[in-house]
Amino acid sequence: MAVCTGCSLLCEDIELALMTGAISKVKNLCRKGHGHFQSFSSDRTSPKINSQEVSLDQAIKKAAKILVEAKHPLLYGWSNSTLEAQRIGIDLAKKLGATIDDTSSFCQGLLMELVLAGRLPTCTLDDVRNFADTSVFWGADPSNSHPRHLSRFAYYPRGSKRQKSYEEERTCIVVDVRKSATAKLCSNYFKVPPGGDADFIASVIAVIEGKIPKFGDKKRMIELGTVLRKTEYGVIFPGVGLVYSLQGKIELLETLVSKLNEVTVIKVVPMVGHYNMRGFNQLLLDDTGFINGVSFKDGQAKHGPENSVIAAAKSCDAALVIGSDPLSSLPFGTAKSLANAPLIAIDPRRSLTTDAARVVIPSAMYGLEAGGSAIRMDGVRVEFEPILEADLLSDEQILARIMEEI
Amino acid sequence: MVGAMEIYKLLPTDACKECGYTSCMALAVALLNREKRLDDCPALLNPKYADRFKKLKELLAPLENASETGLIIHPEKCFGCGNCVVACPVNVAAEPTRCGIGLGPQGEKVILAVEDGVVKCMNVNECRRFGPNKILCNACTATCPSKAIEFV
Repeated sequence: MAVCTGCSLLCEDIELALMTGAISKVKNLCRKGHGHFQSFSSDRTSPKINSQEVSLDQAIKKAAKILVEAKHPLLYGWSNSTLEAQRIGIDLAKKLGATIDDTSSFCQGLLMELVLAGRLPTCTLDDVRNFADTSVFWGADPSNSHPRHLSRFAYYPRGSKRQKSYEEERTCIVVDVRKSATAKLCSNYFKVPPGGDADFIASVIAVIEGKIPKFGDKKRMIELGTVLRKTEYGVIFPGVGLVYSLQGKIELLETLVSKLNEVTVIKVVPMVGHYNMRGFNQLLLDDTGFINGVSFKDGQAKHGPENSVIAAAKSCDAALVIGSDPLSSLPFGTAKSLANAPLIAIDPRRSLTTDAARVVIPSAMYGLEAGGSAIRMDGVRVEFEPILEADLLSDEQILARIMEEI
Repeated sequence: MVGAMEIYKLLPTDACKECGYTSCMALAVALLNREKRLDDCPALLNPKYADRFKKLKELLAPLENASETGLIIHPEKCFGCGNCVVACPVNVAAEPTRCGIGLGPQGEKVILAVEDGVVKCMNVNECRRFGPNKILCNACTATCPSKAIEFV
């Protein structure tokens, strides 16, 4: 049995057959996970300095030198590393007085902050499978982003209190800007215009309070209100679509959840993308009181928008990117600033970031060539062992070596 | 997926009964169920129906990959989500502690399983749609988000 690190569901029931170091047959792995597992044999990185092949030791020494000489170093990525590597990463940031941030600062960070702070009630995915009768996917399309979400937890499996499952006892609601693959499976699909989620939330609150909704089809909104009122145990799965749409009004979701909890039980589980984003947020929160975007300059942990990757990329004079490809995913201006700073990339596979990096350090792929532990999207800790033998260092070992050099 | 009416429209529709059926519509249904082949319609072999024969052959080509129960899998469309694996009542009965609670199957008794990222069909004779006393169960096709599996 192996654990798939393709997304934050961390599926633990993967069976595979190995043939001379290659994966020949994999069972129970979704297409996304299969692509992730197969990618280990293509586009692997090698240690490089200024695009010239070097030894691993030279690359690690150069990386340490760049970080030590920098006045405002930025350590970014982390969502695709294990808890052990993230722990060393936070210690490294403290030692360097660096800014540390992960992908959540422009993704699910706002929502995760509310969940981890206890302002939004949450539950585990096993609770969802055993007790939930209503699942609401809001601004998320799990059929594409987390292919096994519906089959493992939210809709199709039989749970201890939901033996009749999707046939009689479960309802799935999708709120999205388009009729996604998930929406096609669910009878309750509500279309919202881009940016219309705040109005939609106001309408749902109105319906729950017994008022006439101002937004959307009144009849359908009242139907939605009736479904939510009759729910015994509901779970909202907010995706990036909702977080981006609400912008600075994320407290509206908090209001909705508290209103719903007056009449029923509603939990929130953010649809985290990367397999250990929640792990980094939890570690940093336990250490500093903030979930992301922390600067350790002057020895104190300071949090603020100026320490998020978007702002810090423009002011940093060296950056270490681990397990992420910000040059592909961040806005052009930010990516350009990052590319111009002396960039160190620790990644198992080639990306735009490793192509532009001054120093490239190859690492082992977690779940395949290296083991460790990670936190699933619902806060459950999952441990995994390597299934392939490789002579590559893991993120954790590379960071420990950089720490030693510093 | 192709329908009986689509096939019927391309048949000679002269009710010659040489195929053994009383009408061309009955033959269309038999062709759809793969009980008869295009060669069983002698009129269709007439050169004046060459175009129709060619179109029918193209139309019926996907059915050749269907299982005995009429299940067709389009691997290129499959997400490997496993909805069908968990929803299939035969799978749940075979492995209630695995498929029943959303996990992938371990044994060999199941009908559907995800292998190499796409769904695979096996043990077709266990399917509720198998044999003359079939039940028109559609748990697997109704739960597919990408229409990667369908019945004839």
